[in-house]
Amino acid sequence: MAFPQPRPQVPQLPQHLLRTIECQQGAVRAVRFNADGNYVLTCGSDKSLKLWSVSRGTLLKTYTGHGYEVLDVDSSYDNSQLCSCSSDKTVILWDVASGQVTRKLRGHAGKVNCVQFNEEATVMLSGSIDGTVRCWDTRSRRYEPIQILDEARDGISSLKVSEHELLIGSVDGRVRLYDLRMGQLHVDFIGSPITCVCFSRDGQCTLSSSLDSTVRLLDKSSGEMLGEYSGHVNKGYKLDCCLSDKDTHVLSCSEDGHVYFWDLVEGSLTLKLPVGKAVVQSLSFHPTEPRLLTAMEGHVQVWGAEPEDAAVEDG
Amino acid sequence: NMASDEDSDEDFVTYGTPLEPLEEDEPIRKPVPVHEQTVKDEKGRYKRFHGAFTGGFSAGYFNTVGSQEGWTPSTFVSSRQQKAERQNARPEDFMDEEDFSEHGIAPREIVTTEDFASERKDQLKDKARAVSSLAALIPGDPGLLEELIAPARSSIGVELLRKMGWKDGQGVGPRLKRRQRKQNTDAVKVHGCALLPSGSEESEVGLNPLQALGGGSESAHINLFTLQSDRTSSLFGDRNSGQKRRGGIAGQAFGVGAMENEDADIYHKDSMSNYDTVLGGEEPGDGLYGWTAPQQYIRKKNDSKRDVVYLGRILDGFTLASQVTEIKTVYPPPDLPRDYRPVHYFRPVVDSSTVSPIVAQALLTSRGHLSQEAPQQGRHSLGSSQRRDMLGETPLQGPSSVFELLGSKDRERLNEIRSVAKEQNKSTLSSRFQSTTPQPDSLTSPAKTQASSETQMALNAWSGPTADASKTFKPFQKNPQKQARYDLYINKLKKGDKEALESSLDSSMTEWERGRERDEFVRAAVLYKPSNSSLSSRFTRSKHEDDTDSVEVTRDQENDVDDKQAAVKMKMFGKLTRDTFEWHPEKLLCKRFNVPDPYPGSSTVGMPKIKRDKYSVFNFLTITDSSHVSREGPSASKPPGSSTTLPHLTPEVNKKSRWDKTGKVSEPKDPLSAFLSETRSEVSVAKQIESDGKQTEPKTDEEEKEEDEEEVRPPMDLFKAIFASSSDEKSSSSSEEDSEEEMAPSTSEPIQISAEPLNPPVSAQITPAPDISKVPGII
Repeated sequence: MAFPQPRPQVPQLPQHLLRTIECQQGAVRAVRFNADGNYVLTCGSDKSLKLWSVSRGTLLKTYTGHGYEVLDVDSSYDNSQLCSCSSDKTVILWDVASGQVTRKLRGHAGKVNCVQFNEEATVMLSGSIDGTVRCWDTRSRRYEPIQILDEARDGISSLKVSEHELLIGSVDGRVRLYDLRMGQLHVDFIGSPITCVCFSRDGQCTLSSSLDSTVRLLDKSSGEMLGEYSGHVNKGYKLDCCLSDKDTHVLSCSEDGHVYFWDLVEGSLTLKLPVGKAVVQSLSFHPTEPRLLTAMEGHVQVWGAEPEDAAVEDG
Repeated sequence: NMASDEDSDEDFVTYGTPLEPLEEDEPIRKPVPVHEQTVKDEKGRYKRFHGAFTGGFSAGYFNTVGSQEGWTPSTFVSSRQQKAERQNARPEDFMDEEDFSEHGIAPREIVTTEDFASERKDQLKDKARAVSSLAALIPGDPGLLEELIAPARSSIGVELLRKMGWKDGQGVGPRLKRRQRKQNTDAVKVHGCALLPSGSEESEVGLNPLQALGGGSESAHINLFTLQSDRTSSLFGDRNSGQKRRGGIAGQAFGVGAMENEDADIYHKDSMSNYDTVLGGEEPGDGLYGWTAPQQYIRKKNDSKRDVVYLGRILDGFTLASQVTEIKTVYPPPDLPRDYRPVHYFRPVVDSSTVSPIVAQALLTSRGHLSQEAPQQGRHSLGSSQRRDMLGETPLQGPSSVFELLGSKDRERLNEIRSVAKEQNKSTLSSRFQSTTPQPDSLTSPAKTQASSETQMALNAWSGPTADASKTFKPFQKNPQKQARYDLYINKLKKGDKEALESSLDSSMTEWERGRERDEFVRAAVLYKPSNSSLSSRFTRSKHEDDTDSVEVTRDQENDVDDKQAAVKMKMFGKLTRDTFEWHPEKLLCKRFNVPDPYPGSSTVGMPKIKRDKYSVFNFLTITDSSHVSREGPSASKPPGSSTTLPHLTPEVNKKSRWDKTGKVSEPKDPLSAFLSETRSEVSVAKQIESDGKQTEPKTDEEEKEEDEEEVRPPMDLFKAIFASSSDEKSSSSSEEDSEEEMAPSTSEPIQISAEPLNPPVSAQITPAPDISKVPGII
């Protein structure tokens, strides 16, 4: 006599505003959780990069060194280093604690849209408007990239790194998956300029949003489409999309000031979270908890699954 | 100023303030720390020390060093305006005021000129005197007495002594060594009449030594000035022992042996005067003392036998060489012939193209060596094939000429025209067609002569016991069989085989091919003769040829975008929208990602690239001129990835390359070309067996597939477009079927025209359509 399977919990969505952080750094171009989700990194248009505490909403550190607005940031797995990219065509590797520039890497011919560490923070990958992805070595003192991936025919808008794969979305309407282990390159034609790509947490699917206001979930191995999510507005901005912490929902920013939640399997719109009146520029989902960061104009909002009255403790 | 010294037990008279006594037990004074060492100038201002090498004290004008004025003289006047009244700067203009003071480098004060100065203005000697005065029997400076008398000029006696070579501070009389002097003490004692035995007062006290000199009964030990105390102390050592002396160094010895009554000296307090305080004060006479190291000096003394060899006096500061230097033999310059004129005439440069080959050859051989430019006839008179041979480029294998594709009638017609033209200007053409039209009977023709002479040159160059063939340059590397034949030829050449050329050629080849190869080999052998091999071994072949008319293209191209667009519209993602390519990650990247290199041994990075002509139509338009130009299609010479990595050669066998997948896509659609390729492949198979040197390696299925793809020919329209427009005659009115059949190249009959068969079109992946579209635009 078998016990019935415990009913799976209804996944909770981060729909309650916990905190609003006024970043004081111009428009926030990107907001990112750090590796463990305890800190927030915001990229400002005033050339600064700021580190915040999520729980208190306090500013911990400001990193200055870029020559133009910062466009993307990523933190290493051990939170000891940051990499950021900017419109000044450089990629900077930061020391988190001291706030010093460890390395400033030049080589891109245009503004650098996205940057990412690999799993062990031994390589930084940066995708630029010049259509190349450059793999920078953080271990050696080389100032030339290890390899330049120049297969894209237009600017790189987004890239993600998994254990041995590079997922790169380009404005030429293709999602390229570089498999280092197999030595293969899979090019998935989407047709519309890609704004954001990401892996699902199980690593089996890729999510890509494009400027035809559609988010598509593709099977990584075959390239077949598993789901298509639409309803939001994404026609001109480089907006982020992501998956929830348990891969249950697909999230996407929208130009109408909402964050859209779709059920991953059914493809139905679950929640349309009103964030504000302007465009939701960037979002980031907590790696383990139902917690969401959204960036709109000059501020960042932290959303949680529960109202969390306790969170008012420090105002 | 005189002051009596009451402290001393003897009532000596002391002049001046005595120096502080040097007591050994006295604790060493603490050095004044640097920050307390202040220096003030005469006005009481502190002077800064700028470092010994950057100016010392008061560097610059009022310590201006390091300031804005720096070293610039404050009275600098631009000489531009006042050139006429420019005055010469004196060194004093740049000196500080301290320099003019008493202790400066150029004191400005009233001093007695040298004429009036007393003898001892030398500071060093002053000091020495002061020190020695302490040890002197009479405390106080004897010089003071002299000073009292001063400014007395030195007496005539001293002047005389000086003239005779006496120097200040020296004694008078024969020179004595210290040792000798010690032994002489007895003697001194003997005629010690001058000395008082009690030794309380000395006879010389108060006496000017000069006076002593004047009354010099005792010439040996009269002390002059400085060394006076030295002498006295040694002379009166016995008396000194009982005397308590200031300034003496105590504790010289602690006891004396009972037997050693001789050596009374040990009780005496050593005097400073026993030490040399003046350089050169006492010379041992050989001029070495003070210049050489002591031990060396001693050693020198010990083995003085060698010095005996050298009779002359050794100069000061020099020692006798321990080893006798070999005397260089100097040969007189050669006697010049009487009619010698130091002008060099260069040999006149003979342009071999203007002179007849025989004359040129004679000229060359007369020079005694074979120039490698011998067969050249000037840059512009060479055919492209000759240039190619000289450059070492590999000629094209297989048919590459359009003539092969012509109908037989057309060919005959061309041959007729050619033969007529040949007769017309045989003399000029024969040199150009020398290789293609071998005329065995015309041995006297210049071309033949030259060819044979080249052969002879090759034989001469290689027959010596020179470098081995493995190190020599391989001009036909791209064609292994040809290279093998060439190597054989070279080997035979080295053995001196006169028939090397003929025997190494492939007999199965056509006469024409053999003729060409014969020519190439000879040229190559002359060009890359062993003298060059040492040079060539220092160079390596470039990995990438600079083919200007080919571009690197990624081998795998994406499928049609339109299909994908349609697929996306139909939401049929998957196979239709996905392209998978071979991609080579950098090794380091794999390492950083902790991933094994998927293509170990591959040097490719990124997408595999191939070379492809920029304008593929030109492949078909390379109509060779009369000489045998053969352009090798880059794709034919280089199978994709052949130089670096063949995809099917990678160790992972089961991994299918992308390459063969694309083959399906680009299958020949045109039935005409399909037929052509069929016939063509038959012939080419036959040819491969016969002559093609490329296919030596065992082939995989994939490779054969590649070849098949390469054999795909462009449609007939292209050829028609070319030949219809180029020939204005109407005689070639053969039907399409006819020309098709005839276009299948027949290799059985020797081709007499000097054109090579056309190379198969570049690649299967260029679809024929764009080529056709380009043709009208070009022609």
